[in-house]
Amino acid sequence: MTGLRFGLALAASVLALGVAQAQTPKKGGTVHVVVQPEPPMLMQGLNQNGPTNMVAGNIYESLLRYDEKLNPQPSLAKSWEISPDAKVYTFKLQEGVTWHDGKPFTADDVVFTLDKFLREVHPRWRPIVNAQVETIEKVDDLTVKITLKQPFGPLIMTQEVASAPMIPKHIYDGTDYRANPANNTPIGTGPFKLKEWKKGSYIHLVKNENYWLKGKPNLDEIYWQIIPDAAARAVAYETGKVDVLTGGSVDVYDVARLSKLPNTCMTTKGWEMFAPHAWLTPNVRNGILGNKQFRQGLMYAIDREFGREVVWGGLGKLPTGPISSKTKFYSADVPKYAFDPAKAKELIKASGYKGETIRLLNLPYGETWTRWTEAIKQNLEDVGVKVQVENTDVPGWTQKASNWDFDLNFNFLYQLGDPAMGVARSYITSNIAKGNPFANVGGYSNPEVDKLFAEAAIAPTDKERQDLYTKVQKLLADELPVLWLLEMDFPTIYRCNVKNLVTTGIGVDDGFRDAWKE
Amino acid sequence: MNLAQFLAGRLAKGIVVLFAIAVLNFFLIRAAPGDPAQVLAGEAGAADEQLLIQLRERFGLDQPLLTQLWVYLKGYLTFDLGFSYRQQQTVLSLILDRLPATLLLTGAAFLVSLGLGTLMGALAARRAGRWQDSVITTLALVFYATPLFWVALMSQIVFSLKLGLVPNVGYESIGANYTGLARALDIASHLVLPALTLGLFFTALYARMMRASMLEVAGADFVKTARAKGLSPGVISRRHVARNAILPVVTLAGLQAGQLVGGAVLTETVFAWPGIGRLMFDALVQRDYSVLLGVFFISSAMVVGFNILTDIVYRLADPRIEAVS
Repeated sequence: MTGLRFGLALAASVLALGVAQAQTPKKGGTVHVVVQPEPPMLMQGLNQNGPTNMVAGNIYESLLRYDEKLNPQPSLAKSWEISPDAKVYTFKLQEGVTWHDGKPFTADDVVFTLDKFLREVHPRWRPIVNAQVETIEKVDDLTVKITLKQPFGPLIMTQEVASAPMIPKHIYDGTDYRANPANNTPIGTGPFKLKEWKKGSYIHLVKNENYWLKGKPNLDEIYWQIIPDAAARAVAYETGKVDVLTGGSVDVYDVARLSKLPNTCMTTKGWEMFAPHAWLTPNVRNGILGNKQFRQGLMYAIDREFGREVVWGGLGKLPTGPISSKTKFYSADVPKYAFDPAKAKELIKASGYKGETIRLLNLPYGETWTRWTEAIKQNLEDVGVKVQVENTDVPGWTQKASNWDFDLNFNFLYQLGDPAMGVARSYITSNIAKGNPFANVGGYSNPEVDKLFAEAAIAPTDKERQDLYTKVQKLLADELPVLWLLEMDFPTIYRCNVKNLVTTGIGVDDGFRDAWKE
Repeated sequence: MNLAQFLAGRLAKGIVVLFAIAVLNFFLIRAAPGDPAQVLAGEAGAADEQLLIQLRERFGLDQPLLTQLWVYLKGYLTFDLGFSYRQQQTVLSLILDRLPATLLLTGAAFLVSLGLGTLMGALAARRAGRWQDSVITTLALVFYATPLFWVALMSQIVFSLKLGLVPNVGYESIGANYTGLARALDIASHLVLPALTLGLFFTALYARMMRASMLEVAGADFVKTARAKGLSPGVISRRHVARNAILPVVTLAGLQAGQLVGGAVLTETVFAWPGIGRLMFDALVQRDYSVLLGVFFISSAMVVGFNILTDIVYRLADPRIEAVS
């Protein structure tokens, strides 16, 4: 099975390479890209904010990349093998890779990164390595072996660049990571190097002349421009100041208009790994919200298609359950909720709702969310539910969400390529923890759900995992611990003469390695 | 009271005021929900207890509040504005990095609005009741009443997008690597829209203030005397009326000058101008306490400083004013 999987991956990558080279890339050129907000830092091991990932994905690299179907592809790992018992992963590294400071990249760096550095600082890798991994060993300079405590299928999905960027051991080992002065001058193995960061204006990356993949990158320079106002970003694109508007950087109502401009392309691809899933979290500790019938009533009351069509400008897709249809293990075999106010009224009445005011916490991420909040308030009031909208700024929202201070709360979370990493966290009992807005903040707890997620994570084959995930999706869609609203699309708008911009399931975050300018 | 005594007194008061502001700021921003560690974790889309503990320790937030206050005040006494762990830089270097851009923008806006505003006001007063007056007062009203962000965006759409005259955002052409005069011209072209937008409101204020003040002075007895002894209207207007009418404008200019550092948040945001206003706004939404306190402190020091300066300018404009405080 594993041999076959590897063979397929290789074949797919060869195929991808063939397609990419159908048109000979031109060398040289500069691309101007929008990044917003300004990243706090570019040291990707210590910070995984959206904007950090966008820029730092050019500087750092990980063992693997993932295509649009989320199949692993070689990156710093040339090849990999999974033992028949699915417990030992052996990664063969690329030869001749050097860090930006000229030092060689070896298995020591990989072991340091995965076993020490990220285990200490990375909130996503830490739980995986602590719970699943037995040892991470260097076999020789170019071979690393990861031995698991038990089979853990998602491991092969964890080596994406923001989740596991390779960190230079010679710079960080034995230092206080967060205080290391090198954090301001990131050293990676990636196709581009940091030249200058003019705070408040731009980040300038230049080609890594010694990049290990011969002939790459094609571009000479990338400028990431920091333009705080969304409307000004749109004008900057129209006047030619920038070539690429990354996902979410312009208002939804500008997307359609900008996409129609001459020499302009738009794609919603490149988000398959993250597959942002938006929902409303009911705080099930709060009275009537703990009642399943009431939650189902709310789901029938919300005109989700209106939200998609009008508020989000027709972008995205209606979800059916906790797992995005863009990722693996999705199942459509679940109870569905069409927009049906009459049925909603019935269920809400049957739930014993007595007209309590429900506090709806708006997500302060801009106009679109505010409109969505208003639309949903309207939907709920139409079926007799009293709603009071609460507004705050981002830190205020983070605090309220983390401390469970809401009745209904908007949120959107990344799926991270596998339900064990991006999905289970919102529903399992062990993740009910204050202080984290992305934990199970609604407080839903169901031993059966816990068991299904736990078993699915470590089931040895994909078939067994699929069966368990199918069950849990069916169960959750009935119970509605959260009200799924939208599989979000973040369109990337760019000039058509920028080629090969989005080639993987991580999109722009995977860097401009293959991009070129006509 | 001589000038030296006056200055010493004002400075001493200023220091007390600054200290009070510093303490007040500290508690004010703590009253806002959330903290920098939570914000960082929230932005990353993933967090666990350990990450928050690590970050809070790094930010010094695990210390008792009074200890934090003491560390902050002690730093200020030694001219150390602190360190931003979010940006991995000292607050002073962050501020100094952004200061030139802000001073260029607000300074340009200051000069434009002061010059244009007083001129418009003086002209309107001399032509009071005629069509020139109507045009100017109407314009001033429009400048005064139009929201800044609307002017900012509309000017981008009209002058950058439709007419292609000047760039819409930024401080200079990124990646163009101009030097010398070419660079100065490039920066100037980027400066046009934000400086005009920012200056518009104060232009209106100066114009209205100058006009009203000149009309008031024009009716005074000494102006009648001047007219009676046969001076030309131009001389009366310049030497007698304008000089006496300028005091309220000086007051207003003092106010505007006090805002040179902190008053351009909106303009800097819409025009992507890399100044202090944006540094402050970003620090606010990120709860980057040390940066926020640093900017607050520098801006309050500017206000206090310009108040003292305004008092001195009063004496120059009108020697009859004694520096009594």
